[in-house]
Amino acid sequence: MTYLNKPVLHHPKLKANALGLTHRDYEGKVSTLCAGCGHDSISAAIIQACWNLSLEPHRIAKLSGIGCSSKTPDYFLGPAHGFNSVHGRMPSVLTGANLANRELIYLGVSGDGDSASIGLGQFAHSLRRGVNMLYIVENNGVYGLTKGQFSATADRGSASKRGVSNSDSPIDMVSLALQLGATFIARSFSGDKTQLVPLIEAAILHKGAAFIDCISPCIAFNNHPGSTKSFDYVRAHNEAVNTLDVMIGRETITADYAPGTTREIVQHDGSTLRLHKLADDYDPTDRTAAADYLQRRHAKGEVVTGLLYLDPAPRDLHAGLDTVETPLNRLGDAELIPGAKAIERINAALR
Amino acid sequence: MQATDIANPDYFHKVVDCQWACPAHTPVPEYIRLIAAGRYTDAYMINWRSNVFPGVLGRTCDRPCEPACRRGRVEKAPVAICRLKRVAADKKDDVRAYLPKPAKQHNGKRVALIGAGPASLTVARDLLPLGYQVTIYEQDPKAGGMIRSQIPRFRLPESVIDEEVGYILGLEPELRLGRRVDSLKAVLAEGYDAVFVGCGAPRGRDLEISGRKEAAANIHIGIDWLSSVSFGHVGKIGKRVIVLGGGNTAMDCCRTSRRLGGSDVKVVVRSGFEEMKASPWEKEDAMHEDIPILNYMVPKAFLHKNGRLTGMSFEKVRAEYDTKGRRNLVPTGEPDVTIECDDVLVAVGQENAFPWIERDIGIEFDKWNMPKVDAATMQSTLPKVLFGGDAAFGPKNIIWAVAHGHEAAVSIDRMCAGLNPSQRPAPAVTVMSQKMGIHEWSYDNDVSNDARYKVPLRPKAEALGDIKLEVELGFDARLGFAEAARCLNCDVQTVFSASACIECDACVDICPMDCITFAANGEEKDLRARLTAPALNPTQDIYLQTGLKTGRVMAKDEDVCLHCGLCAERCPTGAWDMQKYLLHTTQAGHACRSSR
Ligand SMILES: Cc1cc2nc3c(=O)[nH]c(=O)nc-3n(C[C@H](O)[C@H](O)[C@H](O)COP(=O)(O)OP(=O)(O)OC[C@H]3O[C@@H](n4cnc5c(N)ncnc54)[C@H](O)[C@@H]3O)c2cc1C
Ligand SMILES: Cc1ncc(C[n+]2csc(CCOP(=O)(O)OP(=O)(O)O)c2C)c(N)n1
Ligand code: SF4
Ligand code: SF4
Ligand code: SF4
Ligand SMILES: [Mg+2]
Repeated sequence: MTYLNKPVLHHPKLKANALGLTHRDYEGKVSTLCAGCGHDSISAAIIQACWNLSLEPHRIAKLSGIGCSSKTPDYFLGPAHGFNSVHGRMPSVLTGANLANRELIYLGVSGDGDSASIGLGQFAHSLRRGVNMLYIVENNGVYGLTKGQFSATADRGSASKRGVSNSDSPIDMVSLALQLGATFIARSFSGDKTQLVPLIEAAILHKGAAFIDCISPCIAFNNHPGSTKSFDYVRAHNEAVNTLDVMIGRETITADYAPGTTREIVQHDGSTLRLHKLADDYDPTDRTAAADYLQRRHAKGEVVTGLLYLDPAPRDLHAGLDTVETPLNRLGDAELIPGAKAIERINAALR
Repeated sequence: MQATDIANPDYFHKVVDCQWACPAHTPVPEYIRLIAAGRYTDAYMINWRSNVFPGVLGRTCDRPCEPACRRGRVEKAPVAICRLKRVAADKKDDVRAYLPKPAKQHNGKRVALIGAGPASLTVARDLLPLGYQVTIYEQDPKAGGMIRSQIPRFRLPESVIDEEVGYILGLEPELRLGRRVDSLKAVLAEGYDAVFVGCGAPRGRDLEISGRKEAAANIHIGIDWLSSVSFGHVGKIGKRVIVLGGGNTAMDCCRTSRRLGGSDVKVVVRSGFEEMKASPWEKEDAMHEDIPILNYMVPKAFLHKNGRLTGMSFEKVRAEYDTKGRRNLVPTGEPDVTIECDDVLVAVGQENAFPWIERDIGIEFDKWNMPKVDAATMQSTLPKVLFGGDAAFGPKNIIWAVAHGHEAAVSIDRMCAGLNPSQRPAPAVTVMSQKMGIHEWSYDNDVSNDARYKVPLRPKAEALGDIKLEVELGFDARLGFAEAARCLNCDVQTVFSASACIECDACVDICPMDCITFAANGEEKDLRARLTAPALNPTQDIYLQTGLKTGRVMAKDEDVCLHCGLCAERCPTGAWDMQKYLLHTTQAGHACRSSR
């Protein structure tokens, strides 16, 4: 952290997006996290992605739980809506908010402790319900805020900062998400914004439950030899299965790729995801094959990253509940209160 | 791209834009911090060492530092570097205790200085404490050169000149005032070890057009007229005055006229307003005193009646650019313009004149009748005769005269020690970390968002009433502090150590100016285009370091860095450090003789 606010002066040639905003307009308060914390890079990636997409900051809601990761929504998108829930309860609050106003863009920001321990149940249900959101877990393998205890995502056999080996089995949140029916699933690394930013963009555009497991080294408690969530370990074992370009409308991407290595997937909102295969045998639209691949590579100690699963035609919670297009929070008494006659009719039907 | 060699003293020097642009390389941010700390005397002494006349320059400098100032690249206006210098001069305590004393012993070497302007006085200041016996020849009754004879008192009070010239005269040169040198041969015959020619560019150009002779009584050459005013020989001028010319002499002539009875004073220039040689602030000052500047008017004739000047006629022109982009002034065809007037001041340029230098003593002159002078050593083709200030390469300004003086003094000192003057001494450089704690630095890294402050002026009516009343009141302590806080401390350098870097991106993310990039290396042109913010200013370097674990390079665009230190505060491993880079040019004395 620093004690200073970021100066308002900015690069004189800073580009403006379609809304006339610069990326500096998407910043929040100055971070209070430890210097070098991976979570700050994820915040920067979110800022970059929202700027790239020309999202209106005040049409975004950021929700989080408890933890260093859950503190970060304060450090990006200052003008957005924010809700800091109790530990592990972000998914339910987000689900409720989304039910009340389906028009906002929902960013659920959480940690591995917040989502894989105390909040595991909430995490599971928000995904299986298909809440339209980006759920991002800033995964450092520890409870950073409470001084570095192993979290449930820490690999068995990995060492704590004081050299103690972890004896519990890890929870792989990506495998869980595959099983729970999330329709956009990715893993990335805070130290690789080239990969992370397009994934965040695509996940925001995805009209369903999008989940990103982002490895995010904890500089203070989990960046030592023996850790499997350190910068060095992830850099040495990062196995990206693909890279991604996000194209909106008629935008064209000029980069050349060898034939047969590129695959375009049109999302429901009209955006196109152009995937460049890095691993020959990886098919991101095959849920079971993906699960299998991930487990095989994880057993070898590799960290598989990239867009791991995508259902281009997702169903979201509102479709399941068949709610009206107008956000519920904009409906008046006339639309919401059925009236005595309607109640009588319902009651009669139940007799 | 090759990794940057930060051991080369020029590299970080260039990052300190103001100091690099200052001909005398004054350590600007160092003195600005001292002003902010209220340490005015220390700030003054930093200046005095480099530029010899802080009080004079704080009011009159041409300030090449300001257009160079980085602040001007990141917001509207640069730091008011020049006027901050004046704050140090105005608010300092008695500095005499810190000044060198006259040498106790002579070193047996004798040096003659011709002219007592800023160039010669700088040579004198640098050499006298070393034991040189210095003789100054000056045709005027007082020392100071054009600082005293030309610059009007309402810009520069005489007390300031007396004080700062006095510090040098206190070192006890032999002063021969009122002594015009008519023969360099004769001076050389006196057996000096070196002769420095600092005679300035003393001749004002005339305008030989119709009516010049007939109306001569009311047509004055600008610089001659200004010096007559300065020395009290002229005390008034007609009501209606035309000033011809667009340089700083013209600006001083018109403003002086306003104070000596000119109520209707106009400046007329041949070319466009934008192309005038005068600095923007000088034009502003003139217009503020109700002096219109009329442009694109070429003088045609002085009009006269019964042997008296009655006015001038001008041809109207416009600018036309040929295919090579050269500008020509072509008549518009409109009727000539006549302006009535009582006096005309001709300020259309200044020339060098060396009628007193014999052409057979080994000093070569070029086709423009200028001596051939080595730009590094200031030597002429007769090695023991050196030139500096306006005499060397034509009219410039005070700070260039000072810079030349320092370099000439180094040459003389090396020559007298039997060393080759072409071998120039390296500057003295110290680089020191400013880290005091995790988030604490020994400089104020919280960047001020304030816009440039204006220097308060004396009310116009009062200022125009007395030619000796200084127009600018100067910053008071509060304004001086606020303006000083705008300085970005460009001398506190971002120093990167690749071996400590874990590539966590923290510095990239926090940098408010998008200066830092980790990327694959490439040719400079290609790399510049791939940076977080493309580096489009080729005059500013890319700081490049190799040796990162991922094989990428760290590339930092120095262009718009605020030196805010946030990169270093956010760095978990201390790979970034903020290190103060203090550079002093080496002046005459022991240090300049250490390289053989
Ligand atoms: C009207 C006017 C306004 C100016 N305003 C500014 C300003 O605001 N800021 C700025 O930076 N610069 C200004 N300048 C320019 C500046 O004054 C000169 O560039 C500077 O003084 C040059 O210094 P110097 O030491 O080379 O010579 P000078 O200052 O010209 O000194 C030369 C000295 O040599 C003497 N001399 C000449 N020939 C002989 C001889 N044969 N024998 C004996 N003595 C001799 C002269 O009398 C004079 O005193 C101005 C110039 C003019 C004309
Ligand atoms: C109900 C409750 N139980 C326990 C805690 C203590 N606590 C605070 S943060 C935290 C873990 C946070 O870990 P994670 O979500 O991984 O965040 P990180 O700090 O690692 O980013 C715990 C257990 C709490 N605040 N509230
Ligand atoms: S404790 Fe770890 S997770 Fe928390 S701010 Fe520090 S580095 Fe980041
Ligand atoms: S900001 Fe300060 S140090 Fe930087 S160029 Fe301007 S005056 Fe010099
Ligand atoms: S000091 Fe560091 S953080 Fe500040 S502008 Fe310069 S490079 Fe960026
Ligand atoms: Mg954690």
